[in-house]
Amino acid sequence: MTAASLQMIEVRGVSKFYGSFQALNNITFTVSDGEKVVIIGPSGSGKSTVLRSINCLETIDRGCIIVGGKDISLPQTDICKIREEVGMVFQSFNLFPHKTVLENLTLAQTVVRKRSKKDAEDIAMELLRKVNIAEKAGAYPSKLSGGQQQRVAIARSLAMNPKAILFDEPTSALDPEMIGEVLDVMKTLAREGMTMVVVTHEMGFAREVADRVIFMDHGRIVEEGTPEHFFTNPTHERAKLFLSQIL
Amino acid sequence: MQDNQPTNTPIEVGDGASIPLKSDTGLFTAWRIAFFGSIVLCLFLAFGRPDRYMAIFKFVPEGIVITFEVTVGAILLAIVFGLIAGLGRISANRLINGVASLYVEVIRGIPLLVQLFYIYYALGRFVKIPAIMSAIIAMAFCYGAYMAEIFRAGIQSIHKGQMEAALSLGMSRRQAMRQVILPQAFKTVLPPIGNEFIALLKDSSLVSILAVSDLLRRGREYASETFDYFETYTVIALIYLILTLFFSKLVSIMEERLNDGC
Repeated sequence: MTAASLQMIEVRGVSKFYGSFQALNNITFTVSDGEKVVIIGPSGSGKSTVLRSINCLETIDRGCIIVGGKDISLPQTDICKIREEVGMVFQSFNLFPHKTVLENLTLAQTVVRKRSKKDAEDIAMELLRKVNIAEKAGAYPSKLSGGQQQRVAIARSLAMNPKAILFDEPTSALDPEMIGEVLDVMKTLAREGMTMVVVTHEMGFAREVADRVIFMDHGRIVEEGTPEHFFTNPTHERAKLFLSQIL
Repeated sequence: MQDNQPTNTPIEVGDGASIPLKSDTGLFTAWRIAFFGSIVLCLFLAFGRPDRYMAIFKFVPEGIVITFEVTVGAILLAIVFGLIAGLGRISANRLINGVASLYVEVIRGIPLLVQLFYIYYALGRFVKIPAIMSAIIAMAFCYGAYMAEIFRAGIQSIHKGQMEAALSLGMSRRQAMRQVILPQAFKTVLPPIGNEFIALLKDSSLVSILAVSDLLRRGREYASETFDYFETYTVIALIYLILTLFFSKLVSIMEERLNDGC
């Protein structure tokens, strides 16, 4: 098996129900090592649910999800270990408000990775410099703008040295002028070869960064392909309609 | 518990400070009149009528120490009981959840005085424990049940994204609870815990019926010897009043600080 064909994340025939409402309908896709996959679609289409399922924040009713070779729906799989390897960035940042920016980055490093305080702080500062916010290391999250908070959240996730990062609408809660700074950080990560699965409404980002675009509607994958194919010549009516509405 | 109430405005009735009225501003607030009034009254009685009152003021303070021992001991233990039961109440494990809920329901349905008797006399048949210990345990057991609901509400008030963020970083549920949820929940439950402390301080007078020489019991001992019932209980009431007013002020200051903080 060559490095390019190595499957980082495999989603196989996944379905999920909320009562009688089917949130996910037989979803299947793979993400190989270093690949950037962007999931788009109207709200309520199940994009976020798929992403959250990969990190076990949602349980699935049918199918399986394999991350780094381990089936996460099996009871013997250590979910914490999977989550250590797969970072997640949320729409609402979810920084820890009772901890400073620096402590937000060092907490999981010391508690989960068992790094020394010194090592954790060195790594944290380096990452904060990388996302251009080192000067706020001692500040509390409430003193930061949304864009700054989301950059800290990305750095916090990077501090665990994840093999992949899931982004759940990372810019949807931001004021327009702050979206750029967060997307720039994400583009840098993409260039460095990070495996990324991004749920977003930022079509420019999808076009520029994605290796593959997945379009979802009503819990199904309607269309999947390269950004060129999807944005210029989508096959399905639903995808065409969606694009005509947002572009 | 009260989901079926259609009211939109919450009715805030604490055991601590009375909610200040809008008109309750300026120099003469109800709190100031009550607090400084009772201090002035105490001083007046002690030095204006030393023949009657000085002896009372010399005799009862020993009881204040006991009252505090019981109150502080019980509140600390109640926080432990409350935290355990509160975590139990939100546990996904049905057995743990059931036991915790049962504890809360049963204890809240039995008067504190009955519980005090029960632990002191009924359990006293099997294990011999000093009166003050059984008083502390009984009060803590009772208040722990109320505290459990405070902790449960406090933990549930923390946005679920916090737990998710901690989990997604690879923390276990337990680590996330300890490092992320509880420190934040603790901040929100501090004022209600302060109110419980004040309620407990007042309820601690119930232990005087066991052989515990708290403030009220010292008063009873003094009064039954001198027959100065009026004078003694006036002093006892004033001391309780000063103490509770003092602590209720502390709680409201704490509340303001916490509100400003975040």
